[in-house]
Amino acid sequence: MLMVIARRLMQALLTVAVVVTLVFLLFSVIPGSFVTSLVGEKRDIDPRVMARIEEQLHLNDPLPERFGRYVADLARGDLGSSFSTRRPVIDMLESRIVASFRLACAAILFAVAIGLPLGFIAAARPGSWIDMAAMMGAVSGLSVPGFWFGLLAMYFFSLQLGWLPTFGYGQGGLRHLVLPALTLGIGPMALLARTTRAAVLEVRGADFIRTARSKGMSETRIVTRHLARNAFVLVLTTIGLQFGSMLGGSVVIESLFAWPGVGSLLIQSVSLRDIPAVQGCILVIVLFFLLINTLVDIAYMLIDPRIRYR
Amino acid sequence: MKLLQLLRPNLFVGGLILVIMVFVALFAPLIATHDPVLDANLIYAEEPPGGAFLMGTDEQGRDIFSRVIYGARISLTIGLVVQLMNTCIGVTLGLSAGYFGGWWDEFVQGLTNLMLSIPTVVFALALMAVLGPGVTSLLIALGMTDWAYSCRISRAQVLSQKSRSYVQAAQTMGYGRFHIMFRELLPNIAGPLVVIATMGIGSAIMAEASLSFLGLGVVPPAPSWGSMLSHAREQLMVSPWIAIFPGAALFLTVLGFNLLGDGLRDLIDPQGKARRA
Repeated sequence: MLMVIARRLMQALLTVAVVVTLVFLLFSVIPGSFVTSLVGEKRDIDPRVMARIEEQLHLNDPLPERFGRYVADLARGDLGSSFSTRRPVIDMLESRIVASFRLACAAILFAVAIGLPLGFIAAARPGSWIDMAAMMGAVSGLSVPGFWFGLLAMYFFSLQLGWLPTFGYGQGGLRHLVLPALTLGIGPMALLARTTRAAVLEVRGADFIRTARSKGMSETRIVTRHLARNAFVLVLTTIGLQFGSMLGGSVVIESLFAWPGVGSLLIQSVSLRDIPAVQGCILVIVLFFLLINTLVDIAYMLIDPRIRYR
Repeated sequence: MKLLQLLRPNLFVGGLILVIMVFVALFAPLIATHDPVLDANLIYAEEPPGGAFLMGTDEQGRDIFSRVIYGARISLTIGLVVQLMNTCIGVTLGLSAGYFGGWWDEFVQGLTNLMLSIPTVVFALALMAVLGPGVTSLLIALGMTDWAYSCRISRAQVLSQKSRSYVQAAQTMGYGRFHIMFRELLPNIAGPLVVIATMGIGSAIMAEASLSFLGLGVVPPAPSWGSMLSHAREQLMVSPWIAIFPGAALFLTVLGFNLLGDGLRDLIDPQGKARRA
């Protein structure tokens, strides 16, 4: 068991190493991207200033040497300084990670609270009108553009009804969290409803359920002991994957609601071509995704013995 | 029976939406009542829907109906091109990995896992940061980042078909590897790939709209649904129709592709329908 977990962790570390290399290469190999980003549109910049910037950033050093320095800095938690604010990127990210994490947690809670029961109800009577309506709602939820849904929600709940603030973080209170979380959670909620329905239907047809029923086990016991537990293993993947990708997926929603998270920092940095900040944001998003995926994989092994010994 | 199957609700509704969208995109100049870009007139700024402007006008007095109609061209073209690029990359990698096996298969699998560990929009954003905004960058960024699923599916399909007699027959007859991969195997594994590609067009359209919404995709004044929405937030209080119509067109189009994809999947694998997500 410990060996399996260790192997999974090694895999994750290897992916981290590849991602770090990729993030470095992407912004280093393309000629001039670093300096042109730093000086922006000011094309008529003095060549001597240009040369000084290149020297300061060690851009004339051989690539392996620069990569070595990048990795060493990274290991010390130094992500470089932002081109636009001149502040260390790690400081800029600190508060934003908290904001993004809060938003992701709230969104996944909403998705689970609605999606899971919806999937169960639909699976209880496959082909019925409840099932049809739930699945129609789910496919619509998957197709609705988050930022459009967010705009409509903003219009109705904030501007028309005046119940909730339109955008911003406020003092960090719950009222500001509701609309962004609802908007971010709608897609995962729909996906979760579909996955839950499919998982329940698949497990319901399994041999062990038939065996349990033929032994005379009560329906409640079948559902709680066998059905729910087995279906949950399948559903857990979706919850994990959705939660993991939320930091990346929230890029557009954070911008719409002016939520001060990693996603909105990424967008600002891309617009300003602030490369150290872009690199930092991408690393944080991918690391979070990998961390959650690895944790979900380990959680499976704990829940489902069949996966452990495969 | 075949005809009845074709009339499944999701296939029918999805197909109908897309037929209308394609028709609108093809005949945009005939359907639109105004020029989507040039007919700006501040006198008519933010007119509500009705009268001469079916869906109202935007903050520059341009007819939203005409812009939504022309937006279909941009969205469908980008969606198709992006998905074509992704499918070509994914299928070529998947086919060759499944067929050749060995170190190439290991490499492709590693690459696929890596692509799956980076959210598509984030990867696309990183490329956009390097390439700068614009349609070409957008096509490169989206067309090279979302091929992992078609690669996985084609690899898995090739592995299950490789030992079939028709492949062995082709090998015995002395056909080359590429002939076997693309002329023998590909037609036999096309079903699931068509489903993935259909849904992929919807995702590509959504990704284009998201990036254009953020000001990184199609550059204004071109009438992209995403960029039309990016100006809508400021005007939301006084003229919500600026937000409603482009978003509804985007929603319907993506819904059309998702429903069609669902319906095609049910047709290909009817047994799996009940248990599928």
